[in-house]
Amino acid sequence: IYLFTYFFFLLLYIAFMLFIVFDNAGQFFSSGHTNNWAVLVCTSRFWFNYRHVANTLSVYRSVKRLGIPDSHIVLMLADDMACNHRNPKPATVFSHKNMELNVYGDDVEVDYRGYEVTVENFLRVLTGRLPPSTPRSKRLLSDDRSNILIYLTGHGGNGFLKFQDSEEISNVELADAFEQMWQKRRYNELLFIIDTCQGASMYERFYSPNLMALASSQVGEDSLSHQPDLAIGVHLMDRYTFYLLEFLEDIHPASKTNMNDLFKVCPKSQCVSTPGHRTDLFLRDPGSVLITDFFGSVRKVEITMETINLTDPINPVNGELQIRKYSYVDQLPVSEIIHQKPKQKDWHPPDGFILGLWTLILLVFFKLYGMKHLKHIF
Amino acid sequence: MATTEVERRRGQLAALSIAAVVIIVGVPLWWRTTETYRAWLPVNQINELANLQLQLSADVEVVFARGTVTPEQQKKVPTQVVISLCLFCSSPLEADLSLHTLSESPCGSLVVYVIPESSTLLPEDVDVYIGQRRTALLRIEQLLAHLEPRIKQVLQVMSFSHTDITAALSDRVRLSPGNKESIADSMRAFKSSPGYEITFSLLNPDPKSHRVHWDIEGAVQTYIQPLLTKLAPLANFSIDSQTLYYAMLGVNPRYDSSRSAYTLNSDSLAHVINPVEARLGSNAASSNPVLNFLLYVPDAHHSPLHIHDHKKQEVLSNAFHSPRWGGIMVYNVNGFYGPEAVFPVDININMAKVMGVFLAQLRLLLGVQSSAPPPGFLVAPCSSTGLADWELDRLMWSRTVENVATATTTITSLAQLLDQIGNIVINDNIAQQVSSAVTSLQLAVAELEAGNLGFALQYSKEAILASERAFFDPSLLHLLYFPDDQKFAIYIPLFLPMCVPILLSLLKIVSEARQKRRERQAKKD
Repeated sequence: IYLFTYFFFLLLYIAFMLFIVFDNAGQFFSSGHTNNWAVLVCTSRFWFNYRHVANTLSVYRSVKRLGIPDSHIVLMLADDMACNHRNPKPATVFSHKNMELNVYGDDVEVDYRGYEVTVENFLRVLTGRLPPSTPRSKRLLSDDRSNILIYLTGHGGNGFLKFQDSEEISNVELADAFEQMWQKRRYNELLFIIDTCQGASMYERFYSPNLMALASSQVGEDSLSHQPDLAIGVHLMDRYTFYLLEFLEDIHPASKTNMNDLFKVCPKSQCVSTPGHRTDLFLRDPGSVLITDFFGSVRKVEITMETINLTDPINPVNGELQIRKYSYVDQLPVSEIIHQKPKQKDWHPPDGFILGLWTLILLVFFKLYGMKHLKHIF
Repeated sequence: MATTEVERRRGQLAALSIAAVVIIVGVPLWWRTTETYRAWLPVNQINELANLQLQLSADVEVVFARGTVTPEQQKKVPTQVVISLCLFCSSPLEADLSLHTLSESPCGSLVVYVIPESSTLLPEDVDVYIGQRRTALLRIEQLLAHLEPRIKQVLQVMSFSHTDITAALSDRVRLSPGNKESIADSMRAFKSSPGYEITFSLLNPDPKSHRVHWDIEGAVQTYIQPLLTKLAPLANFSIDSQTLYYAMLGVNPRYDSSRSAYTLNSDSLAHVINPVEARLGSNAASSNPVLNFLLYVPDAHHSPLHIHDHKKQEVLSNAFHSPRWGGIMVYNVNGFYGPEAVFPVDININMAKVMGVFLAQLRLLLGVQSSAPPPGFLVAPCSSTGLADWELDRLMWSRTVENVATATTTITSLAQLLDQIGNIVINDNIAQQVSSAVTSLQLAVAELEAGNLGFALQYSKEAILASERAFFDPSLLHLLYFPDDQKFAIYIPLFLPMCVPILLSLLKIVSEARQKRRERQAKKD
């Protein structure tokens, strides 16, 4: 009888504990990540590649809107379109004709700009092998519970992506970089999106676990741009990212849309090229992966149940720590930049040129009028 | 005729000597100048590390009080018998304190005092009392057979258990998760890092109504610093604080007329953090993980603000925390002034209450808190530092194992990477870091086996630092991926024009020699 009651109570207790535990820990099991990072790269320069910068900025905008802060976004733009000399609307980058959406805005934090966007820097950011002087905003400080979104756009080919018109990154290097990230557990899950020509070739060589990849076109196909704007004079966006942006505008931080909907973005009828995706390396079922797992940053929270009872009074801080007032040092030597009255200089005897000039004048004078006038001087 | 013979001879010698120079001098020279400098790495030792077996041993001293063992049992059990034990003390806490005067146990060891069943020191339903230092009081029946499993249980609570160690090793060995609690625990606590940054922020969205003062320096010095000083062997901590004005929560709280207060339910808490995080700064110079503790004083129009849990019950602490990020506490100030007050009102924050919550959250985030103790166990209340010695030991055990696992993974994967990609240059400093990491790892494992927890932790920290420095050295970038067809494309225009005449002349020499031999054969016949 003892055993029976004992077992009964044990079962009750376990059920109760499980209930509490599940309550607390329930929300943890939808996904295993606690923070989100995004690495958004635009690899091409020159004014006619305006659309690549617009692509990257529109993904940046969506990611920020859905909650990932700037400190967790590494934005690499290879050229400055907003302040380009040829931009008829300076300080703006539009994504839609008729200038409907300015994706540049007034709150953009570009971490790598211009010529800093190189294959070397990109691989350094991914693998973490940056020189010690690199500031925090330029690093990818992810850990084993981070979900990372990587978005690449530019000109590509079968197995490579062109950076800055002068170098290229191959799919083997990219796969090796991801493997190094996995070895050091620098990500929990990684979503890789690429919008270039023949983009599917870039994810062919991946072999690390927990990678999901999307590309805008298959091998042998070109990714096409969407529409030109006659006022600005260039194509504003690529088709795949245009429809991706349209899809993301409907997502808000609490939405439950999953990855299967993302795979359906931009079918062949709209995109002309065939978008592809790769999920065989991903452990979870894509239908259970929320869009906000990668594009947003929904934090997990726990209620703090226990507190500590502190009874000691606060020690008054000793007088040794006096409050020091800091002031800004003159950052720019303004007084030297703006013209001022020149300082009073000490008198110097006339130097060479003046002396020579006067000697010449005197000589000529006395040559002309004869030496007898010398006595007037002495 | 003779001159052409001489000429031909000279030509053959020239061709042979050029070929000799090319092969004997040229090829080794080219090989030497194009090979990458790779310093020697202790590959054998690294491979040994991959099959490392960890053995943890903790010293346990069992002390029997008078009356627990009969004289016959005393002969069988070779342990020390204590002379005086305050069995008449009114509470186990006092007994615990009096025992501290006896001896100071070193890091990682335990002392279990066994008291007789008849003792009234412990309450009725409690068999084990775990003190604030490294001691435990165990009440046991006369039968000594129960002793060993009981002591094992005590050890599991106070030092380490199977689940703890497997969780710490999760970096190296991806085992199937034990239970949901352990997954939540592993996701909540920060990973082992050489340093942490703690930032305390006061958020005041309504400076027009509330002028909030907090003595953060004094509070940190009194309440937080003792804990961090105790945790000094684990990591360096740097603390800073800031005040943010006009920082709103991203969610609109709902007004609950039944309680006449504004409420935030648990579902909306997840969306509070993101808008605020953009405004919190961080130290740009260091790459250490940051723990943020925010104190939010609601504005006058939305006071009082309470947090509700899933069951719509008010949370006592009015605080919540996010794994691997930090904690937020809501501090209501509407009780400090009446409706006729002149705005802005001066408010002094009760730092003891606030720091009590933050300290509890800090313990959780650093991984100190463990699951609830088994039934029959009574744990001493928290000391003034907020951390008991055995909790520190527990943390040190799991951190040491975690460090050893991480360093081993780093070193083995680095060795594998360098082996696979033959084009990476391995500088001397990298080789030196790798060697020192391997040595430190071996020392750490040896110390763990011997039970010297302090030294083991130190060595494991050195191992981690050296291995991270070696792995993340900026010079190890393998941009030198040359597919074979590109290599051919580079070398062929250089070497082919030079090699073709040499090869052809060598062939000519060989064919002439063969012809001569055939003629000689013919002549013989």
